Amino acid sequence: MGLDFTVVPAFFDKLLLGSLWTVAITLSAAVLSFFGGIFLAVIALYAPAIIRWPFKAFSWLFMGTPLLLQLFLIYFGLIEIGVDLPAFVAGVIGLGLHYAVYNSDIIQAGIQAVDKGQYEGARTLGLSQFQTIRKIIVPQAVRSVIPPIGNNMIALLKDSALVSVIGVTELTLTSQLAISKTFRPFEFYIAAAVCYYVINLALEAILRRIERNIQAAR
Amino acid sequence: MSAKPFIDIRHAAKSFGMLEVLHDINLQVDKSQIVAIIGPSGSGKSTLLRAINDLDPLTSGEVWLEDMQINKKLPTRLYEKHINQVRQNIGMVFQHFNLFPHLTVRGNITLAPKMLKDMSEDEANALAVDQLDRVGLLDRIDYYPSQLSGGQKQRVAIARALAMKPKVMLFDEATSALDPELVEEVNLVMKQLAEDQMTMIIVTHEMGFAQDVCDRVLFMDQGYVVEEAAPEVLFRNPTQERTQNFLRKHLQGQN
Repeated sequence: MGLDFTVVPAFFDKLLLGSLWTVAITLSAAVLSFFGGIFLAVIALYAPAIIRWPFKAFSWLFMGTPLLLQLFLIYFGLIEIGVDLPAFVAGVIGLGLHYAVYNSDIIQAGIQAVDKGQYEGARTLGLSQFQTIRKIIVPQAVRSVIPPIGNNMIALLKDSALVSVIGVTELTLTSQLAISKTFRPFEFYIAAAVCYYVINLALEAILRRIERNIQAAR
Repeated sequence: MSAKPFIDIRHAAKSFGMLEVLHDINLQVDKSQIVAIIGPSGSGKSTLLRAINDLDPLTSGEVWLEDMQINKKLPTRLYEKHINQVRQNIGMVFQHFNLFPHLTVRGNITLAPKMLKDMSEDEANALAVDQLDRVGLLDRIDYYPSQLSGGQKQRVAIARALAMKPKVMLFDEATSALDPELVEEVNLVMKQLAEDQMTMIIVTHEMGFAQDVCDRVLFMDQGYVVEEAAPEVLFRNPTQERTQNFLRKHLQGQN
C-alpha cells in the first residue's frame, strides 16, 4: 500500500488545535524557564551558601535526570502527596523548570561577563547591591545571552512533544490519535513534522526580531 | 577657612596582604576646594580616591564628610544602608565612564534619582534636561552611550553624577582614556564645575589642568604623600627629589 496524504486534510482542524496547544505549552514553559533561569542564576552567584546549596541541589537534580521522568514525577508522582495538577500545568512546570536550569547556566555566564565598572558605577550613585543587580547587571547579562537562550527555546519547543505521554493533546498526541483512527502513521507523522517545522520558523523569526531590537542598546 | 574640614582623611592605610599600598595618609579638603592627586601609576592615588566613597575600603584610618564618618564600622546590613546613603552625596567619575549601555542618556541620568529620591518621571526628566544642558549635550538625550564619542560619554557620566546633587565630586583619571582632541571638552566641564564652587578631588595626569584649576596638589609615590603644596609651588619649585624626577619625566613625555 502506497502513501496517501489525502487522509490528512480531514484532520486539519485537529492538527491545528494540536499545534495551538504546542505553541501554548512552549510559550508558557519558555516564560517560566526564562524568569526561573534569571532567579536561579542570581541565587547561584549572589546568595549566601545556606540558600545557594538547596537551589544547586535542585539544579543538579533537574539536569542529571531525564525530562520524561521529571514529567512523570510531577504529573503522576505528586498525586500521591495530594498535589493533583492538570496535565497542561504539570507539563509547563516540568518543561519550564528543566529549561530554567539550562538557562541559568547561560545567564550566569552572561552576568559574569558584565564589566565590573558597571557594578561600581551603579553602587557609587548609591544603588544597593540588589538594585544594581536588578536594574544594571541582569538586564545587560540577559541581552548578551539572548542567542544561546533562543537556541534553548527551540530545543524546548521540540521537547514539548514529551508532554504527549502525560495526556496533553498537543501536536504529537493529536497525530497519534489520528493514526489510531486511520492506520496511516507515515502520513500523520510527516504532517506533524511539517507543523513543528513551521512553528519553529515562526519562533526563530521572533527570536531574530528580539535580537535586532536589543542591538542598539548594547 | 572653617575650623573643621569638609572632607577629612585621617591616618588612612591600606594593605593587600604584605603589600602596603597606602601609608598613614592625612588629607583635609575644605568646602569648594579643588585638590589634585598626581603621581606615577601604582602610587596609590586611585586607591586613596576610591577609599573616600569606600569602593576600596581602608585597612585602617577614618574618612569623614562633614559630621559623618563614611567608613564607620557597622554590622553588614546597617553598613549597606549607611554607605548607600553616603554615596548619594559623593559623585564619582571613572576613567572608563561606566555608563549603562542598555539605557539611553536620559535613562542613565534619571535612574538613580527615580530609584533613590522617589522622583516622579517628570521631575527626573526635568533634572536630566538641566544636567545635560549644563554639560552641553541636551541634543543627545535620547541617544545610547554606544552612539556617543568618548568625550561626550564622559560629559554624560558627569551629568549623571551631578543629578544626585552631590556635595563632592571625585574624578578618577577622567580624561586618561580619551583621544587628545576630546580631552578639552571634558576639562571645560570640570572648570565650569570649579566656577560653580563644587568641591572636587581629582586624580589626573593632566599637569596643565591641575595647575590651572586646583587649589592644592598632592604628589604621591609608593603609597606615601611625598609632597603637598599649591600648584604654582609644587610644579615650579618642588622640594622633594622624587617629585622633581616625576615632573621632569612627565614633561619630557609631553613634549
